[in-house]
Amino acid sequence: MDTPILEMRNITKEFPGVKALSNVSFRVAQGEIHCLVGENGAGKSTLMKVLSGVWPYGTYTGDIYFNGELQTFRHIADSEKAGIAIIYQELALIPELSVYENIFLGHEISNGFTVNWNETIKRANEMLARVRLDVNPATKIRDLGVGKQQLVEIAKALSRNVKLLILDEPTAALNEDDSQNLLSLLREQKAQGVTCIMISHKLKEVMAIADTVTVLRDGQTVCTLDAHKGEVTEQIMIKHMVGREIDNIYPPRVGHQPSEDVIFEVRNWHAYDPSLGRAVLKNVNFRVKKGEIVGFAGLMGSGRTELALSLFGNPTHYQVSGEVYVQGKPVAFGHPREAIKSGVAYLTEDRKGNGLILIQDVKQNISMANLEELAHRGVVDANAEIKVANEYRASLNIKTPTVAQKVGNLSGGNQQKVCLGKWLFVKPNILILDEPTRGIDVGAKYEIYTIMNQLVQQGMSIIMISSELPEVLGMSDRIYVVSEGRITGEVPIAEATQEIIMQMATN
Amino acid sequence: MFVKDLQKILKQNIREYGMYIALFVIMIIFTVATDGIFISSRNISNLLNQTGYIAVLAVGMTLVIVIRHIDLSVGFLAGFLGAIAAIALAFWKLPVFVVIPLVLALGAIAGLITAFPIAQLKIPAFVASLAGWLIYRGALLLVTASTGTIIIANDTFNAIGNGFIPDIPGLEGFLPGVHKLTLLLGLAAIVFFVIGQLNDRKKKQSYNFETLPMNIFILKLVFIALVLAAITWVLAGYNGLSWTVVVVLIVVAVYHFITTQTVLGRHIYAVGGNPEAAELSGINVKKITYVVFGSMGLLSALSGILFASRLQSATVTAGQLFEMDAIAAAYIGGVSAAGGVGNVMGSLIGALVTMSLTSGMNLMNIDIAYQYVVRGAVLLAAVVFDVATRSRGK
Repeated sequence: MDTPILEMRNITKEFPGVKALSNVSFRVAQGEIHCLVGENGAGKSTLMKVLSGVWPYGTYTGDIYFNGELQTFRHIADSEKAGIAIIYQELALIPELSVYENIFLGHEISNGFTVNWNETIKRANEMLARVRLDVNPATKIRDLGVGKQQLVEIAKALSRNVKLLILDEPTAALNEDDSQNLLSLLREQKAQGVTCIMISHKLKEVMAIADTVTVLRDGQTVCTLDAHKGEVTEQIMIKHMVGREIDNIYPPRVGHQPSEDVIFEVRNWHAYDPSLGRAVLKNVNFRVKKGEIVGFAGLMGSGRTELALSLFGNPTHYQVSGEVYVQGKPVAFGHPREAIKSGVAYLTEDRKGNGLILIQDVKQNISMANLEELAHRGVVDANAEIKVANEYRASLNIKTPTVAQKVGNLSGGNQQKVCLGKWLFVKPNILILDEPTRGIDVGAKYEIYTIMNQLVQQGMSIIMISSELPEVLGMSDRIYVVSEGRITGEVPIAEATQEIIMQMATN
Repeated sequence: MFVKDLQKILKQNIREYGMYIALFVIMIIFTVATDGIFISSRNISNLLNQTGYIAVLAVGMTLVIVIRHIDLSVGFLAGFLGAIAAIALAFWKLPVFVVIPLVLALGAIAGLITAFPIAQLKIPAFVASLAGWLIYRGALLLVTASTGTIIIANDTFNAIGNGFIPDIPGLEGFLPGVHKLTLLLGLAAIVFFVIGQLNDRKKKQSYNFETLPMNIFILKLVFIALVLAAITWVLAGYNGLSWTVVVVLIVVAVYHFITTQTVLGRHIYAVGGNPEAAELSGINVKKITYVVFGSMGLLSALSGILFASRLQSATVTAGQLFEMDAIAAAYIGGVSAAGGVGNVMGSLIGALVTMSLTSGMNLMNIDIAYQYVVRGAVLLAAVVFDVATRSRGK
């Protein structure tokens, strides 16, 4: 048990402006199941990308020893050759190809020129038996559920005589049965000598399966816990995961109390995603009061964005059911436009992807959602538009030479302020902010928090979705915790701690 | 200093001015190569009339490409609707003022039908409009099967493609051989242009937006005024403005206004720039898709009318490859397949570039085979230029 199969020493990996990993050391013993836990952004995925050669040798500092030898992987193919296989959250299977084609994709059994399909199918059946997946190997991947697809991924890895199997949140998209099945499969593979690293947010699973746990926080190794010494408990893990200090970076809100009027209420809200073939939201109930900042905490993929979108006119076309009330009146939004008209605005988590038009300028982006107000008989009043844009430029402190500047040329923080300006211009009563400070610098964050405080003081209500616990704790009046498409807890700010929230979020 | 400024401005805006320069260079080359025949009043007048039916298609195609789609069906749709116009005039004996609105309405409906699978069923526009291409080709063959070419005997209708605007009566003695109304309109255009530019500049300065340095601004005004004056003079020297040119100018003016000044235009460019962001901003992407394809159908009908009127007949092969000329014109004019970029003025210039190439090479008696090769090379060069200047701009 004590010979390390893998040892990563003093790994440091920097991205422009961010130190993603700082002097991380990570040791995995032969034949164990080693879990890697930490908050979003703690550096788990980056560490695995360094290991697998996605970030090639030379772009990081530090040494990787695998099987006792110093490794210099320049490409994923190098790490695969050495016997390391990594299975990502987003599966890397080709949906239109069959199971056997996928298993041997890139490693086709051939005589050098033509593929030996009979041998391929025979070997595929052996691999499927090994992962206890009972399907016809000719089945197309897209006809399999996510759980079975995951098993095919593992079969693919095993077919390459993998020595170290890395799974990045393997159970995130799986239901309870499939998750249990996967975990017991990992135990079997362990018995056959395969070492396994698993990244997981689900601490109960970690407790069930891990021999050893390494906790990362803010790009650093916090500690390594040994299950056989009873160190792997939920409490200990959470304590190490969230141990971050909350600095006083949140502007105080003086003399403001949210009113008792409920302005937005959601009851028995369900959503089913036909393209994934599963429910993404289950029986969600919550309410928002006037002048309140309600935090929605949870881990990535917990369903918070899906919740926001399904309420904001449902542009992703889920099948939804349940009741929504705006200022006591029942509403049913069929398009984001209807939501906007009723005073609901949604600031996306992905401002470049679906928030801004990068090739257009600041004023066009700010006016986009409410051009009608600037138009007479369908003709846009260019002067009024510039005036409005300049007002938001001043009030939000958007740093740009003029409002005729293309948004693509602005920094992340200023882009976010343009996004915010767009939504403030529709003059909403309820503003949903999805990860409002993601990817922006500390100064701009503080400005956005200040603006949020001003807005609630003016009577607006804010729903803030955030994966950063300190931010949720620092800004919210009340917190809902979301996990796997359900609301798993409601915490008044006075009782909220990082530990309590993390416990609910990993449930 | 001045020359340096000019070089800098040209360098920065090479993308914007590139196609104007290209058109200018092409025209000079052909003028030299044909000993001035190319720039003669008669040839330019012909050239503009030939550009008409492609130019209106290119205007519509610009918007289709801006919202990240394509419409291959427009050529045969134009041919088919031209044949319908001919049949309505020749066989049904409908008056021309009924036929034109009827055909335009049919075109708009055809465009909406093309949009249906694209907007509603998310079928790629390439496939949906390819189906239209086949269907309208078949329809054109069908309606002309029994008669072959249909001759149109209606003078009013034929004037659209061949006639010229009347001159001011009672001025025959003044400047004989020159079309006075055309001169007057040209002068008005120059005055409007200069005033518009001055106002625009004043407004931009009041908001501290970037403007051209004064001397270069004046140079630009003088240059464009001279070009407009030259075109006016050349046209006035023949029969004056043709009705085709009037139609094209109206279409370009209307579409330029819609795309730059209206909510609808802004929504179209928003959808093209980022459809997800547009949808989340409350813009109805489906509706915009219908409007853009509907307008494309309408302009296809107009193109069909211009072409049938110019030939004074509907033929079995009318509309063949119009869609490719329109797409080429739009790309030469600077639209981007990535969406959200391109304007109707550019596409008009693009159409003029392709037609100038055709006309000039015809005058030089260059074999049709080489003509295609040259036009292909120019299209490729235009797009490479566009991509190269764009990536440098970043």
